[in-house]
Amino acid sequence: MTAVQESPARPPAPPEEPTTTEPARLPRSAIFADAVVVARRNLTRIARTPQLLVFATIQPVMFVLLFRYVFGGAIHVPGISYVDFLIPGVIVQTVVFGATSTAVGLSQDMSNGIIDRFRSLPMSRSAVLAGRTIADLVRNVFVVLLMIVVGMAVGFRFHNGFGPAVAAVFVALLLGYALSWVFALIGLTVADPETAQLAGFLPIFPLVFASSVFVSIQSMPGWLQAFAKNQPISRAADTVRALTQGGPVATNLIWTLLWSTAILAVFAPLAVRRYRKV
Amino acid sequence: MIEVEGISKSFGETRALAGVDMSVPAGTVQGLLGPNGAGKTTLVRILATLMAPDTGRARISGVDVQKDPVTVRSLIGLAGQYAAVDETLTGRENLVMVGRLYRLGTKLARARAGESLERLGLAEAADRPVKTYSGGMRRRLDLGASLVGRPRVLILDEPTTGLDPRTRLDMWAFIRDLVAGGTTVLLTTQYLEEADQLADHSIVIDRGQVIASGTSAELKARLGSDLIAVQVRAAELDRATAALAGTGCGAPVIDQARAQITIPVCDPVPDLMAALRILDAAGIVPVDLGLRRPSLDDVFLSLTGRATGDDDLAVPLTATSRTPPPSRSPA
Repeated sequence: MTAVQESPARPPAPPEEPTTTEPARLPRSAIFADAVVVARRNLTRIARTPQLLVFATIQPVMFVLLFRYVFGGAIHVPGISYVDFLIPGVIVQTVVFGATSTAVGLSQDMSNGIIDRFRSLPMSRSAVLAGRTIADLVRNVFVVLLMIVVGMAVGFRFHNGFGPAVAAVFVALLLGYALSWVFALIGLTVADPETAQLAGFLPIFPLVFASSVFVSIQSMPGWLQAFAKNQPISRAADTVRALTQGGPVATNLIWTLLWSTAILAVFAPLAVRRYRKV
Repeated sequence: MIEVEGISKSFGETRALAGVDMSVPAGTVQGLLGPNGAGKTTLVRILATLMAPDTGRARISGVDVQKDPVTVRSLIGLAGQYAAVDETLTGRENLVMVGRLYRLGTKLARARAGESLERLGLAEAADRPVKTYSGGMRRRLDLGASLVGRPRVLILDEPTTGLDPRTRLDMWAFIRDLVAGGTTVLLTTQYLEEADQLADHSIVIDRGQVIASGTSAELKARLGSDLIAVQVRAAELDRATAALAGTGCGAPVIDQARAQITIPVCDPVPDLMAALRILDAAGIVPVDLGLRRPSLDDVFLSLTGRATGDDDLAVPLTATSRTPPPSRSPA
């Protein structure tokens, strides 16, 4: 057997007889490097199929127009102009819908065999999921900025200064990133792009509409209010609203951070475990 | 180099592998023959660490696939029948990505990608998106992706299934080239001819079990190197069978439905002439009569007493065969 491994950068070969049944672990730097390679590949895909991104952004733009000009007149939110109420909600909605692309992308990779290729390489397994969610995060950054531009075109304004505005964007993206892991689990479980799309929207739909995204929670029946007020999308929308328009932030911000952390802590390990098994 | 001991794997009620043993020496090509659903892909997935076996163990270069999958992955290259390449990336980008995931570093990954593309005749198409590639080009790129890590063991899962004859010949040439470089290859295929062309040694699996093993020559010797196929009128089948008993060098296989007798022969032309004389003497005029090489179907018929149940099998064999398809009556 001649020395075939000429690359010094490969993970060091473990001792000849592994003493444990635990699979050999890759160093953290390797996981990160792999995740970057996978993320780059996913971003290249997004950049080369701009039509997908265009269609993905048309939907939230339609929501902005619909609620700003069609339903907006009938919706009354005390103490704030409706467009300033609406756009923070739409930003969160956009990020949440954007996170569903994680499910679609992963199930596509599963059905066309790329995941098998990745799994047969000496790379980190969690890097495939990390690379996917990071790419979807970058995609969401783009979409959020676009929604801000669209929002400002229809009359939305930041009334609370630059710093909080940036923080608002971060909060929305954090929730989107956490939800990406939920959708990663869904994508790995259904393994069929069309089903993934539908399965992704299923949990999202009640969360987005029974929320403070489009209307004030106070307008809902009492039994719904408790749920609508505390669920992550409302909390994030209220945080973004407070950060961009002023008003008390702390409670909603803490809730949003807790929700995001909890979702990440539960679903990231579940998705990675699922990925190891597929 | 590849050692498999008592591997079995079930999916629910279905037993995909039922105790398979296999040993492939370094630098050789092992053929893994079997019809669709025989368990070939399951074995490949276990060896490529994509799936864990229920029982048994498998080692690649002495490393256990279950205990140390990460090391195994750095030793193997996998190319499959589905061409797992990214359509939106170019050929080069695909290979560079795989190279980087082997942790070759950007420079080396680029060099290896260029080398693989060159070697597989994809240099010109290297910077085009893969979606513009033909099926054969994708398959070659997939093979190229499995090569950038310079694997010691190459696992090829039906690398030519669905390819046209010309592209198949090209693939064979590439694979031969690799073997000449010392790579150990496990090649699954449905085509006896492919194993014949490439493999030093083959095993035949059916319903998850090894039913035969040997060199291609040995496998074919068990069948007689060639076959006489005599088709007669149904009413004359029994009489023809009786008359032809003793011809050739193996047990004849009778296909009642088609009224066809297939006889393994060791001296094809004299045996064919003898069969003709016997039939003539018995006053039987065959509907069809010919000499042909054994197909995987024949291997299966002979080994298991039943057909593979896959009608597609005969088509690619005759399409790529260097010998003519089943010849008509020489008379």
